[in-house]
Amino acid sequence: MATITVTVNGKSYTSEVEPRTLLVHYLREHLNLTGTHIGCDTSQCGACVVLVDGVSVKSCTMLAVQADGANVLTIEGLAQNGQLHPLQEGFWECHGLQCGYCTPGMIMAAYDLLQQNPEPTDEEVRHGLEGNLCRCTGYHNIVRAVQYAAAKMRSEEVPA
Amino acid sequence: MIPAPFQYFAPKTVNEAIGLLQQHGDDAKLLAGGHSLLPALKLRLAQPAVLIDISRVAELKSITSEGDRLVIGAGATYREIATNEAVRSGCLVLAECVGQIGDIQVRNRGTIGGSLAHADPAADLPAVVLALGATINVMGPNGARSIAADDMFVAMMTTAISPGEVMTSVTFPILGKGEGAAYAKLRQPASRYAIVGVAAYVKLDGGTVAACRIGVTGAGAVAVRQPAAEAALVGTSGDDAAVAAAANAAGDGIDYLGDIHASAEYRQAMVKVYTRRALTEALRRARA
Ligand SMILES: Cc1cc2nc3c(=O)[nH]c(=O)nc-3n(C[C@H](O)[C@H](O)[C@H](O)COP(=O)(O)OP(=O)(O)OC[C@H]3O[C@@H](n4cnc5c(N)ncnc54)[C@H](O)[C@@H]3O)c2cc1C
Ligand code: FES
Ligand code: FES
Repeated sequence: MATITVTVNGKSYTSEVEPRTLLVHYLREHLNLTGTHIGCDTSQCGACVVLVDGVSVKSCTMLAVQADGANVLTIEGLAQNGQLHPLQEGFWECHGLQCGYCTPGMIMAAYDLLQQNPEPTDEEVRHGLEGNLCRCTGYHNIVRAVQYAAAKMRSEEVPA
Repeated sequence: MIPAPFQYFAPKTVNEAIGLLQQHGDDAKLLAGGHSLLPALKLRLAQPAVLIDISRVAELKSITSEGDRLVIGAGATYREIATNEAVRSGCLVLAECVGQIGDIQVRNRGTIGGSLAHADPAADLPAVVLALGATINVMGPNGARSIAADDMFVAMMTTAISPGEVMTSVTFPILGKGEGAAYAKLRQPASRYAIVGVAAYVKLDGGTVAACRIGVTGAGAVAVRQPAAEAALVGTSGDDAAVAAAANAAGDGIDYLGDIHASAEYRQAMVKVYTRRALTEALRRARA
């Protein structure tokens, strides 16, 4: 067993984990933060994306021991004081989800995308979400949701 | 799926990592970005008893320019390389190549050292390393040594790095006036690995092509140079006819792969197409 200390959504946790524990299993099963999903065994679907020290990672392709000392942000950490994050609001307003399985990963990947590129074109949004698969929406409304959030985060009027 | 149990070490220096490799021998494997190794562990295609995580070794992360060379630490991630100003201004083709590997999350974790040591037949970087004549620097129990790009890729997923060695950095040339390089890739649309990837480097002297190197990845079991195509271009003006002739000469010496994504015949045809595209862009840049 290994002892790790990880800050998740602003709260510090010290835990005993087996070295083979994947970060996603640590979040879901040790911390009960089940908003982060697992959609594949091949590192391809992006359902598990979280931010580690500010950059998006597939938490199924990182060991929990590799996050020792890191700052992790998951979907549960986005809303502040009961106020949805603009990305969450965008997915709500633009119908960016159907079953919702891919949504936490989509939102966390979009979070990284918008911090790299606050004013993306639709093409750049599609490109930036290449690591995330959605089996329901056909992606169109996901792009709209991200553009809604981008506009709101730039303090502009949100697109119709 | 969960990997089989292993012992885990996170050394802080290259020397510590080498010591651990010596101590654990064949049971041990280095872990860098984990984007080839962890999927393999999850599927239990690999079950090393010991993992030596070098992602916390600070000395492997540096990116520096030294005279007319760029030295990229083996532990630098694709994102760090793609966004580095010295790389973008001195060796744009490298930034472009790593900037389109996989997806954002793969680029946030995957490292140049991991990619080159893994030597996946569909990996992008081997083509660029071959075309630019880069040098792979490694450190082992007997000290440091350098491996020329042409000697690096031995067979499918097999390189010239010895089991006890750690790759420390990769040295690339900074391209000057009259030089140009480009990478052209046919992407597998789901994984974005290269079905065929061709990197080309050219150097012009006056109006004549003085040097040319071409690296091909994806098409065969191992990334290779294209000497016949290179020779066809050198000494010409690099005009469209010369590029077409060189592209037509490409494709030899490749042990072609055929799979659900593309047949061997298709890959062979695409090597010529993507050689033409890479050469055309490299020449355009060399003339600019
Ligand atoms: C969804 C997905 C899409 C991808 N798409 C692409 C793509 O389009 N193009 C592409 O080229 N690749 C792609 N990859 C692979 C990716 O580039 C990997 O990151 C890379 O192949 C391995 O680098 P790593 O740092 O993750 O290494 P790891 O997985 O940690 O290690 C890989 C191997 O290299 C060895 N190793 C690592 N570092 C060193 C070192 N310094 N010295 C000696 N040995 C070392 C390890 O022991 C291991 O055997 C993709 C991967 C995924 C999951
Ligand atoms: S669960 Fe599919 S990429 Fe992580
Ligand atoms: S909403 Fe169902 S997978 Fe995306």
